Amino acid sequence: MNLSSLNWNSLLPELVIVATSLIVLITAVVGKVSRVDRIARGHALAVVTLIGLLIAAGLTIMQLSQPASDFMGMVQSDALSHYLNLVILLAAALAVLLAWDYLGRFTYSFSEFYSLLLLAVAGMMFLGKSTELITLFVSLEILSISLYILTGFNRHQLASAEASLKYFLLGAFASGFIVYGAALLYGDTGSTWFSDIAANASGGFLTLAGFALLLVGFAFKIAAVPFHMWTPDAYQGAPTPVTAFMSVGTKAAALVALFRVLQSAVSAPYETWAWALAILSLLTMTVGNVAALRQTSIKRLLAYSSIAQAGYMLIGLVAGTVLGLQAMLFYLFAYAFMNIGAFACASLLESDDWSELQDASMANARGLFSRQPLLATALAIFMFSLAGIPPLAGFFGKLYLFDAAIDAGWLWLALVAVINSVISAYYYMRVVVVMFMEAPDESTRVRLPIPDSAILAIVIAVLGALLLGILAGPSFASLGQAVVAWRF
Amino acid sequence: MIFDYAWLILLFPALGLLFNAFFGRRVGHKVAAIVANLAVALSFLMAVALAMGLSALPGDESSVEVLLWPWIHIAGFQVDMALLIDPLSSVMILVVTGIGLLIHIYSATYMKVDDEHQPMDERRYARFFVYMNLFILMMLTLVLANNYVMLYLGWEGVGLASYLLIGFWFYKPSAADAAKKAFLVNRVGDFGMALAIMWMFFLFGKEAGSLSFDAVFAALETASPAVVAALTGVTLLLLLAATGKSAQIPLFVWLPDAMEGPSPVSALIHAATMVTAGVYMLARSHPLLELAPATMTLIAWIGGLTALMAASIAIVQTDLKRILAYSTISQLGYMFLGVGVGAYVASVFHLYTHAFFKALLFLAAGSVMHALHGELNIDLMGGLRKKLPVTYAQFLIGALALAGFPLLSGYWSKDAILLGAFVTSYPLYAIGLFTALLTAFYSLRAVYRAFHGQPRDEHLYDHAHEQPRGMTWPLWALAFGAVFAGLLGLPAIFGKEFGFPVGNLIEGWLKPTFEGLSEPHVAFSTEMALFISSGFVALIGIYLAYARYVKQSGWTLSLQKALSPLQPALENKYWVDEIYFAVIVNPLRALARFFATGAEGVIDGVVNGVGAVTTAAGVGIARLQTGLLSWYALSLFLGVVLLLIYFVFA
Amino acid sequence: MVPITYYLILSAVIFTIGAVGVLVRRNAIMIFMCIELMLNSVNLTLVAFANQWGNLNGQIFAFIIMAVAAVEVAVGLAIVMAIVRHKDTTNVDEIHLLKW
Repeated sequence: MNLSSLNWNSLLPELVIVATSLIVLITAVVGKVSRVDRIARGHALAVVTLIGLLIAAGLTIMQLSQPASDFMGMVQSDALSHYLNLVILLAAALAVLLAWDYLGRFTYSFSEFYSLLLLAVAGMMFLGKSTELITLFVSLEILSISLYILTGFNRHQLASAEASLKYFLLGAFASGFIVYGAALLYGDTGSTWFSDIAANASGGFLTLAGFALLLVGFAFKIAAVPFHMWTPDAYQGAPTPVTAFMSVGTKAAALVALFRVLQSAVSAPYETWAWALAILSLLTMTVGNVAALRQTSIKRLLAYSSIAQAGYMLIGLVAGTVLGLQAMLFYLFAYAFMNIGAFACASLLESDDWSELQDASMANARGLFSRQPLLATALAIFMFSLAGIPPLAGFFGKLYLFDAAIDAGWLWLALVAVINSVISAYYYMRVVVVMFMEAPDESTRVRLPIPDSAILAIVIAVLGALLLGILAGPSFASLGQAVVAWRF
Repeated sequence: MIFDYAWLILLFPALGLLFNAFFGRRVGHKVAAIVANLAVALSFLMAVALAMGLSALPGDESSVEVLLWPWIHIAGFQVDMALLIDPLSSVMILVVTGIGLLIHIYSATYMKVDDEHQPMDERRYARFFVYMNLFILMMLTLVLANNYVMLYLGWEGVGLASYLLIGFWFYKPSAADAAKKAFLVNRVGDFGMALAIMWMFFLFGKEAGSLSFDAVFAALETASPAVVAALTGVTLLLLLAATGKSAQIPLFVWLPDAMEGPSPVSALIHAATMVTAGVYMLARSHPLLELAPATMTLIAWIGGLTALMAASIAIVQTDLKRILAYSTISQLGYMFLGVGVGAYVASVFHLYTHAFFKALLFLAAGSVMHALHGELNIDLMGGLRKKLPVTYAQFLIGALALAGFPLLSGYWSKDAILLGAFVTSYPLYAIGLFTALLTAFYSLRAVYRAFHGQPRDEHLYDHAHEQPRGMTWPLWALAFGAVFAGLLGLPAIFGKEFGFPVGNLIEGWLKPTFEGLSEPHVAFSTEMALFISSGFVALIGIYLAYARYVKQSGWTLSLQKALSPLQPALENKYWVDEIYFAVIVNPLRALARFFATGAEGVIDGVVNGVGAVTTAAGVGIARLQTGLLSWYALSLFLGVVLLLIYFVFA
Repeated sequence: MVPITYYLILSAVIFTIGAVGVLVRRNAIMIFMCIELMLNSVNLTLVAFANQWGNLNGQIFAFIIMAVAAVEVAVGLAIVMAIVRHKDTTNVDEIHLLKW
């Protein structure tokens, strides 16, 4: 075996991201610049990051129809990972646009930020491709550790540091269980390759316990109840662009990787793991939605909402069918647009005061429509889409997920999900009502400055949420063609 | 083939609105207006091309379905994004884009100043055109949809555009309140629509596999008696939706308040197009209505009574735009009446002529408003004829057409509806005829009070000035339509009896859509008698207004005195707002207060119900999130233990 | 030769000690040390299995876990430092700005 015999092509997008990350990082140690120039350099770095993300996206699109398995079967580059790459790159690009102006408010360490963001992206992309336990673990850690740091990036704020600490300690705790699970699976089969594990598993205690512990890690990353406790705190405390990015990217990567594990590594019967996931899904959406009902911070509300959304997406895994996978991927795209869009709007409502819990409180949104009608309309569109109101992307995402569940015989789960959607409409609508129906008070009468980069991000998100709804049929069908090509 | 490019008609306004949304505030007034106008103009050309393509179809074909893309495909049920181009929708798209274009042109000048006559900034100017193009896009979606779901999409879309435009001067509390009211009242109607669609889904979804008009109507032929019986319920819900959108009893209360929006909005949305969506939707659903005679009767009576009630209120209003608003409600009542008696062609014909003269009236009122720096009270006007000769001429043409002055467009279309009513029910005919009298009276009252006589407010009068050309010439185009549009619908019987070279063009055009339905036909002498009597009634109404407001004859004053007991009822709009407040809003509030105060009582657990329980659970579950790391770790650990137990022992 | 079960039981015990330690300790650094304990017990398991199966996968995995643990130490201490700068404590019970 030598290096040239490896098919580097299949990892090209990831390599581009890693290379960009290194380029961005190097600028931190090269040359000294004045304060003013630092901001300009930060913008330049953001552009470099965006270019890297775009190239990776372009490469991914070029590879869309070429499944490849290489590095001795450690990675699998197929439709699933390509679509995941696109979701992650989209989320990252939107996060960069958000960070463009936001970052300069509390730090000058631009190159570290963008470099870590790109590393997290690379970790997520590797995670979606890995078909071997060590690769899986390493990619998981790359993305986690980058995100721990990003979460605590606002050093001037206690909340950010606290969020980072909680995320870090609980994340490390969870990875302890994952590696133990991986070790048990290895002990059971003598191999760390998914295919070998599936073929040689004894089906005894080691297999089952190993798989249960592995599941813990994924459930933690997806923020499934009861492994979700870190989520509201980490999401609320982290700088908003980071929250937006990790709420989408991490979930997407973990869901897709879990799907791969379930389909290619698990020898446990379908009913066993499907029921476990169904219960997780039920708990996750219910707890997320119910806890969100009385939140007073829009950011924390969105954090709980993203827990609930993860519950919906788990339905696709429970179904475990082509339709389920297709629906989950569609929902991931829809979710990327509407959730990041919502966080983007929330970031504009924040105050600049770092001393307190700096937050987009509900009160800040009061009467937003009479101050900034377009911003209010955009946020309302995201809320409607998250609530699943037709004809927006979120509605069709839920429709397809519920349909997949019913199709696979999980009628009760679909019903629970529908009831949950109704509950969730309450708090999403509350935000809309506050913006449209209430009068602004004196303190919130000022126009908010909205940087152009944020406008661009919000516009992209609005268009995505609208077009994925209006063009739901064709986009769902095109996902379908690619997914069916995936072996089942 | 022109139909392959039918999607362009939707694309143009979409591009226009995107351009103005992104670049509008940077490119300045002129470019923003040109782009928005161009978008509608191109749409209009496309509409003309589609109509021509339709007329060039061979022999027995009369409609074309254009699939844009498959939309929802789930478990044997499918809803597509597809356009239905048939005679009915072609009339609608011509009205929407044609009238829409003229109103856009007018707005380009009109909206250069804001409601306080200060120059409007680029950002808000561009935003106005974003909303207007959005409205055109949504309205075209509504009328071109080939299925109920897409129609509903357009239905909500125009509601959104209407909400945004009513509240365009959102910093005025009255405008914000009006927008809210329109939103809430329309929600009731939209709820009916959603329920109707769901019900249809259960009735026909399995069998037809789709909710397209074709599929649903085809399924009717084999429908069981139970399904036919259920249709009464479905159509009643559709009627509820239509009364909301088209401002009929009982949901008409939002339209007069909607006049808080800029005048071009009132002209486009709240007179010419959006409010007629209800009429369109009912006409489109005529195969359902035909199987639900009870609903038909109800529609006819709602229409007749709304027409009468709104016309009577219009008589005492002093706000120029509110007079026109009530007049719109009243004319929409005529259209409902037409649908209810099965005279669909007459309804659509009236919809089409009404679009011309009502848009003309609203825009002329807008010109008056600009000339008087925002004043709309006709008690403060008078004598404006000399200061605003062009606007006067235009308003007069519109008012005469509305009044049903013989041979103008409103005359022909109103008579067509009255003929339908005459064939079906004499009381309805009588109501319609009496309303025609009131219509003639209030429209000329507005003319005389505003433009004739002596100025009642010298200050206002002195500052009045004629409007620039950009605002007057679109009105001449509308005025042309207000005078001559009726010629398209000359009764066929004239052709036969007098040897006119053309018959009833609009009936011939729409016939394929309403195939199988017999338009009312009566003997020539009867028809002539009806025509003469309604023309006569219009003239009486006009003369009454003349005698009362120009000659100020003594007998008209005593007549007014004799009728004065009615005045409070009219001036207070029959207290409908107050009744709704007392019957619906206040009890709801009391109920809410009861729930709120009862929270400490024993029964609160029962009455507050699920909502309170869930939100309380929300507080409870959120409290579990203690902020303490050890507790979080414990939760995680418990999860691990449970998963392990499950997997190992399951 | 020591049977593999001995190694497995020992590592399971260490793992449990670590996990329980995470739950009961209140000092952030101590919590982190307990997590390290868990990771090291996993390493022991892996090496034992690698020996049993006679291939190197487990050993490689163990090395990678050590590397990751080292990274985590660096990041973890930095985060604790960030907290200490704001609030002079490493007691996780006193850090609860974010809740509900």
